[in-house]
Amino acid sequence: MDALMNFGQGIFGGIWPAVWTLIKIVLIVGPLLLGVAYLTYFERKVIGYMQVRIGPNRVGPWGLIQPIADGLKLLLKEIVVPSRSSKAVFIIAPMLAIGPALAAWAVVPFTDTLVLANIDASLLYILAITSMGVYGIILSGWASNSKYAFLGGMRSAAQMVSYEIAMGFALITVLMIAGSLNLVEIVNGQARGQFADMGLGFLSWNWLPLLPMFLVYLISGTAELNRAPFDLAEGESEIVGFHVEYSGMAFALFFLAEYANMILVAALTSILFLGGWLSPVGFLPDGILWLFAKMSFVLLLFLWFRATFPRYRYDLLMRLGWKVFLPLCFFWVIIVGVWMITPLNIWN
Amino acid sequence: MDFPTAVFFFLAAILIYASLRVITSRNPVYAALHLMLAFFTTGGIWALLQAEFLAIAIILVYVGAVMVLFLFVVMMLDINMDRIREGFWSYLPLGAVLGLLMVMEMGLVLGAKYFQVPVSEAVVPAGVSNTKEIGSLLVTEYVYTFELAAIILLVGMIAAVVLTHRGKKTSKIANPNQQVFVKAKDRMRVVQMPVEKD
Repeated sequence: MDALMNFGQGIFGGIWPAVWTLIKIVLIVGPLLLGVAYLTYFERKVIGYMQVRIGPNRVGPWGLIQPIADGLKLLLKEIVVPSRSSKAVFIIAPMLAIGPALAAWAVVPFTDTLVLANIDASLLYILAITSMGVYGIILSGWASNSKYAFLGGMRSAAQMVSYEIAMGFALITVLMIAGSLNLVEIVNGQARGQFADMGLGFLSWNWLPLLPMFLVYLISGTAELNRAPFDLAEGESEIVGFHVEYSGMAFALFFLAEYANMILVAALTSILFLGGWLSPVGFLPDGILWLFAKMSFVLLLFLWFRATFPRYRYDLLMRLGWKVFLPLCFFWVIIVGVWMITPLNIWN
Repeated sequence: MDFPTAVFFFLAAILIYASLRVITSRNPVYAALHLMLAFFTTGGIWALLQAEFLAIAIILVYVGAVMVLFLFVVMMLDINMDRIREGFWSYLPLGAVLGLLMVMEMGLVLGAKYFQVPVSEAVVPAGVSNTKEIGSLLVTEYVYTFELAAIILLVGMIAAVVLTHRGKKTSKIANPNQQVFVKAKDRMRVVQMPVEKD
């Protein structure tokens, strides 16, 4: 590592820190986009097997080249811009959708040292950046100059704004017991506890004492991602979504954003509730592989939901967010607050 | 010019451009979008001043929440620019007075002693979390003002609910609460009857 640093210093001189940061960004975004491509393949295969089908198996061995072929096809298609739409906003909207999905990765820690920017308020940063993802949806609906896209955009934006609140409250309980907004410290906090001393680390992670909040976070995350069973944006059989007027790569960008956000929410769930890179049992070492295993598990849950549950009706979706999750979150924040000042506090 | 100064001028240029577009663009949606850009660059400038909590808070609250609701409303407005411009000259004196007042207030704030802290003194030592400091100040020194702000917000929230509440619904709308708790025996009756033979 030192040799690499010296080598870079020698070639680039003073701007080496900036170049090194750029290299690190590429090292995060590159595998992320590859992960997005293969998540679509994984999704089609998993749902295929759950429905006793084979899934994609024509392009390459076991259909492994399928995502590349899909991407190439979308890249070569024409982007149709509707007449009398505002072209600039129409083009910018997909970028606004995918930008936050990538920018949030700046503070996501992979191990306690492997993180691009270890800032103090990294959880707040993630909340702020991901809350901007809604602009891609609301603007694409408006810029399309189509009533259906506009109404679809309003619907999806209202859904995302509603579930953001429940998600934020679930995060508040996590940062209350961690006493920090820093993701690295939140994970390190989960390594302490009675069960962790007994070598059963997985019982010390946040998912157990905060079980209701873990479920709220997971379900709100699914709704926030516009994933099944909350995928009203894509319910083409009964309701029109915000991206009806989009075609080609502009359309694909919305899906890239959705899958990148899926991986992000999986990473955040693993870090906040499932102990991040911590090993579940005492006799195995901690490491980045645990984080990837937990992320894969959460991603599998998202695919499993899609194969299992029927789509929610829109009014029931809003009811779940506002009338069920929000009161539950208020209640649980108070419970955790009281728990922390009693002698039964397990987080000191 | 060192790097932070260059970044400051870059952000400030975007901020001034965006703010000008907010008041000059003819389409209210574009005005709202430029306002969003202005908030975002303001956050960038605050981050440059090491006020990371404020920087993130303005993006989280204004860009992430307030402007979304703003856009919701603005997009659905049917705006006729000619009708809005009709009263321009008659409103100008009042508007000019208000504008002048605001400029004076801004001048007073910028001239106050807290804005004269040199950069070297404002630098926080490493290991001190800006967010934690603001939090502990809010619940110790400024706890009454903080609670007062919370109460004002609560009153505003209740007022908004009361103002938009339109009384009981008279339409035959389905109530999901009742739908969820429905049991099979509420909907279906199993009738015992003897087998009929010809």
